[in-house]
Amino acid sequence: MAGSIDWRLATIAAIRDETPSVRTFTLIVPDWPGHRAGQHLDLRLTAQDGYSVERSYSIATGPERGGAVDITVERIPDGEVSPFLHDVVVPGDRIEVRGPIGGYFVWEATFVEPLFLVAGGSGIVPLMAMLRHRKAAESGRPARLLASWREPEDIIYRAELDALGTLDDGLAVIHTLTRVQPPDWTGYRRRIDGAMLDEVLEPLGRDARSYICGPTNLVETVADALVRLGLPPDRIRTERFGPTGT
Amino acid sequence: MGDRFVTRGFVGRRGAGSGSDAPSRLPPGQYLTTDFPVLSAGPTPRTPLEGWSLSVEGLVREPVSWSWDAFRSLPARDWTVDISCVTKWTKLDMRWRGVSVDTLFEAVDIDPTAAFVIAWSDGGYTTNLALGDVLNGQAFVAFEYDGRPLAPEHGGPARLVVPGRYFWKSAKWLRGLRIQREDERGFWESLGYHERGDQWREERYSGD
Repeated sequence: MAGSIDWRLATIAAIRDETPSVRTFTLIVPDWPGHRAGQHLDLRLTAQDGYSVERSYSIATGPERGGAVDITVERIPDGEVSPFLHDVVVPGDRIEVRGPIGGYFVWEATFVEPLFLVAGGSGIVPLMAMLRHRKAAESGRPARLLASWREPEDIIYRAELDALGTLDDGLAVIHTLTRVQPPDWTGYRRRIDGAMLDEVLEPLGRDARSYICGPTNLVETVADALVRLGLPPDRIRTERFGPTGT
Repeated sequence: MGDRFVTRGFVGRRGAGSGSDAPSRLPPGQYLTTDFPVLSAGPTPRTPLEGWSLSVEGLVREPVSWSWDAFRSLPARDWTVDISCVTKWTKLDMRWRGVSVDTLFEAVDIDPTAAFVIAWSDGGYTTNLALGDVLNGQAFVAFEYDGRPLAPEHGGPARLVVPGRYFWKSAKWLRGLRIQREDERGFWESLGYHERGDQWREERYSGD
C-alpha cells in the first residue's frame, strides 16, 4: 500500500438512535479515499491540553456512499470515547478520523461464492456494510445473515434488516433471541450452536464465504463449528472484540 | 493536518484507575486494559502436540526443528512485559513463560548477510521482523501465560512474543522462523499495516 493514511477533519452530519444504547453517527469526511465493505476507521479525540485518545470503529456504510460514512457505536458505560460520542457530540461538531483500515475482513460484490454472515450484537456493523454493498451492487447471489441478540430491543438496524430480508433478492435474515422473545416469536431462542449453523447454512452449501463478527466467545464457537461442518478455513474470516474470560 | 485540532467538549478520563507509573508506560494513542482481548483473522488452528514442531530455517547452515518435547526441554524463563495492540489496547505486566529467540538461534549458524526473519504459523499467518528486533532478549516463544498453558485462542500451544512491537508481530500458533537476506511483507504488512510496527513511534499503518 502506497502513501500514508492521513488524519482528516470530518463533520458530524447526523446522529440517530438504533437501540437504547446504540447510535449511528454520519461523518462527512473530506477527500475520503473510499473503502471496501468490512473495513474500519480510526477516530481521535483531543483535549485542550493536548491529551488525546484513539479508537477504531467499523464502517457501517457500503462503498457506494463514498465519504458520507456511518459508524455505529455502542455506549459502554465505563468507556472513555463512546460516552463522549453519545452524550456530548452534536451534529455540526468536527472529529478527526483516518482510514480506511484493514483489508482482510472485506467483502466485494464481485466475489462469486454464497455469502454467510454471522453477527453477535454490535458485530453486525461491518456485516451491514456488506449487506448494503450487496444491495447497491444488485448482487443477487445467495446470502444469509444469522444474528444473535439478547432481546428484541437490542436489534440494530431492525427496520432496514426486515426490509432487506423481504426483497426476494437471495438474502435471508435470521435472528436468534437468546434471553427475551416476543410472545409470537417463532425464530431461534438460544445461543448460536453447531446445529443452528448447520440448518442456517444448509441452503448456501459448503462453498460459502463466511464473515463472523462479535464477542470472542461467539466468534470462537462459530468459527470452530464452521470448520467442523466442512467449510474451508481460508474462507472463514473473523473479527472479534472483548476478552476471552479465561 | 497537525495534532493541534481540539475536539469540542472533550476532556478525557486520563487512564483513571491505573497505576501511578502507567501513563509513562502507555505508548501514544493507546489505552490501558486489564482484559486480554483476542484478535485473529480466521478460525483458531488446533494442531495436536504430536504433530507440532518448531523450526528455524532459511539462511542458516543447518535448519533445526524441535518436536514439542524437545522444545519444552530447552531452557525457559519467566517474562513480565507490557503488550500493545495496534487496535489501541495496552496491557501492562503480562506474565509469560517461554524460550528466548536467542536460545533458538544458538542451535543454528546464521549467515552473516541475514537481516530479516519471517515468523510463520499454523493457518498460514506470517509476519516480518528485522533480525535485530528479535535478538538480545527482545523476543521469546511463549508456551504459558499467567501460569497456565497458553490457550489456543491466544496462540497456543506456542506463540512468538515481541514486546517492543505492536502485537500482530507476535505471531500466534508459531511453527517456524525463516531467516532471510531480504525483507518480505507478512500477512498484515501486505494489507496496509506498518513494516516495523514500533508502538513508541506509533507505526500503525504503512507510511506512518
